[in-house]
Amino acid sequence: MPTQILMPALSPTMEEGTLVKWLVEEGQDVKSGDVIAEIETDKATMEVEAVDEGRLSKILIPAGTEGVKVNTPIAVIDTEDDSEESQAGEIPDTKPAAIDKGHADARPFDVDVKAPRIGAGTQSKLEITLGTETVVVTMREALRDAMAEEMRRDPDVFLMGEEVAEYQGAYKVSQGLLEEFGGKRVIDTPITEQGFAGVGVGAAFAGLKPIVEFMTWNFAMQAIDQIINSAAKTRYMSGGQVSVPIVFRGPNGAAARVAAQHSQCYSAWYAHVPGLKVIAPSTPADAKGLLKSAIRDPNPVVFLENEVLYGSSGAVPTGEDWIVPIGKARIAREGRHVTIVSFARGMTCALEAADQLAKEGVEVEVIDLRTLRPLDLETVLRSVRNTNRIVTVEEAWPVCSVGSEICAQVAMQAFDDLDAPPVKVSGADVPMPYAANLEALALPSVGQVIAAVNSVLYV
Amino acid sequence: MAPAKVQRNQSRSSSGKATSSPRAKRQAAIPKAFTREERLDAFRMMLLIRRFEEKAGQLYGMGHIGGFCHLYIGQEAVVVGMQANLKPADQVITAYRDHGHMLAAGMDPKGVMAELTGRRGGYSKGKGGSMHMFSIEKHFYGGHGIVGATVPLGAGLAFANKYRGNDNVALCYFGDGAANQGQVYETFNMAQLWGLPVVFIIENNRYAMGTAIERSSSTTNLSQRGLSFAIPGEQVDGMDVYAVRQAGARAIERARSGKGPIILEMMTYRYRGHSMSDPAKYRTREEVQKVRETHDPIEHVREQLLDEGLTDDELKKIDRQMRDVANVAADFALSDTEPDPTELYTDVVVAN
Repeated sequence: MPTQILMPALSPTMEEGTLVKWLVEEGQDVKSGDVIAEIETDKATMEVEAVDEGRLSKILIPAGTEGVKVNTPIAVIDTEDDSEESQAGEIPDTKPAAIDKGHADARPFDVDVKAPRIGAGTQSKLEITLGTETVVVTMREALRDAMAEEMRRDPDVFLMGEEVAEYQGAYKVSQGLLEEFGGKRVIDTPITEQGFAGVGVGAAFAGLKPIVEFMTWNFAMQAIDQIINSAAKTRYMSGGQVSVPIVFRGPNGAAARVAAQHSQCYSAWYAHVPGLKVIAPSTPADAKGLLKSAIRDPNPVVFLENEVLYGSSGAVPTGEDWIVPIGKARIAREGRHVTIVSFARGMTCALEAADQLAKEGVEVEVIDLRTLRPLDLETVLRSVRNTNRIVTVEEAWPVCSVGSEICAQVAMQAFDDLDAPPVKVSGADVPMPYAANLEALALPSVGQVIAAVNSVLYV
Repeated sequence: MAPAKVQRNQSRSSSGKATSSPRAKRQAAIPKAFTREERLDAFRMMLLIRRFEEKAGQLYGMGHIGGFCHLYIGQEAVVVGMQANLKPADQVITAYRDHGHMLAAGMDPKGVMAELTGRRGGYSKGKGGSMHMFSIEKHFYGGHGIVGATVPLGAGLAFANKYRGNDNVALCYFGDGAANQGQVYETFNMAQLWGLPVVFIIENNRYAMGTAIERSSSTTNLSQRGLSFAIPGEQVDGMDVYAVRQAGARAIERARSGKGPIILEMMTYRYRGHSMSDPAKYRTREEVQKVRETHDPIEHVREQLLDEGLTDDELKKIDRQMRDVANVAADFALSDTEPDPTELYTDVVVAN
């Protein structure tokens, strides 16, 4: 009875990978647990083990094939014993596993963003101008390039965090930096968030410009005292004497199926704190330009990335002069009927909803906040004064969220311009559940955004 | 409970042991004995801190200083002895019992006192208060209010020294209470792993706020808390400024020469409460009185100076001078104006 070996997933967010090489040949006998192949994604490499005992009768995907989707059959093993037929029958069949596929469909976000979003819609004046030479890179590469360029530019810039050096980054964001800059400037730390965050802040007191990577912002809760009490407040409580030029960065918000303790959005937590600047980009171009600004900024900056967006691609201007100013929102799409204000992964949802609404004749203006502190309220208010309607979209919990602040400011400063009460679309007010269907329900969806837009249009 | 561990003789013998064994090269960098001028300098600075703190206590009682105010009285020998070993670019960081550290670092008493009264001439323009003061010029990095948080910060200062390849050393002070915080051990691990030039100084004044060390710590020899990380440590008589200076000289020389961090546990005692609002019900009046009478760091040096031939009048004159400095600081701190209301929104972030 033939058993199919399927392309495995290396991480919760992996959708495809490269089959690097086969370690066995067709016709060779294998035992359960034997390593038969190597696969890799842009962030990790893994060995594939045989799931059953028998003869490898057929290799379906040749070595060197890129873009092999998860759950694609890659080889066939003929098991010898007919009596194990029923057992073999339990192995998932040739189609990608129904559960995983169903989950991917149920997700409100399209993880694999092929088309660079930055090209969609009309760009604001701040954006890439016509004729600018660009290159399409992933968010992950854009962040790495930003760090590398700033480290070349300023010897006081260094990177520290868990697995940033020899492992090349838990999410491969720091890939290649150790090789270029050496162990003095790319530093693996022990798993001690509070301790190394404090060491980074102390080094910044002394004038160095540390980039402190948290494997995820969830773990930075161990270090939040150093971020707020030591980094954010010191300039004020020293009467302006001590600056803290430090960047804290790492993935924020929900990844996929990692549940409550690994899936929280900290946007509102840090945006609340005077003395910090808080950034949450949604495109590779913004990620690169804003991270470069953050590293050059003399203040402590909280830089919220998103694991799901790390693999998304977009056009980024070439050259080392691409800088996006902190504190400026971007009009990602122009429209005159409704304003949607969002940031980070919420933008994927917002732009998809805008696309669908456009087919019905609703012209949505989509604003990507990009910086959460200081908030670019001017751009939001200007838009609302045109559209008279606003919807906010974010992944975070709804209570005291960034969307709450936007709605409050709009109500206070543009009340007479509003034709409908503002509406917030957010994550559900629950710890992130694990089950695929519940997780999808806990995150904002395109459908929710469309419903919210329709509600402020009274349709 | 008697302050049994604050016994000069006991601690002296332990630091004495350490002085008898070090290598010749290291010994060369260690001062042999106090010169008369050095002893006088220590006497002056300890007196300045005490008179300053007494004055601060008075101003607090009169309502001129608000919030928390943690006085350093009794512990003066620690910071004065350590500071005597520093080069100008060496850094100092401590927690909230910080007035003595600032004065010893050479910061202006007027600026420190004006910060306590919340005036514009204070080191933080009146925005920091007693617990949050800094002087980049004197390489004093605070002045922090969170117990234990200064330990990684101090290691970060040392990290910058190592990164830049200079030979500066960071002194990182914390208390017996902070010694139980988790981030202290996270820092010990990294400091030793990376060979950072930092001296960890545990000012063991025997009470973490109101909790005696025996009631808060499973092991009370805090100098050995670095053993798991291979960081050496020693207990030092923190009531003897000379013993402090000698131990500090060895530790700082070790850190400066690239041998990594070291722990000095200063056996000391605070005469006043944890803060001004502390009724001090957790220890007896007799216990405090006994330390004052038998182990006072300033009296100890005064006796030595008298033995060296100085007259009582000469020493009283120094005392009057230090009182005057404290009084001048207090006068300034009371006459200076409050910060301009526009200062509310300045210094939050650097404008760029």
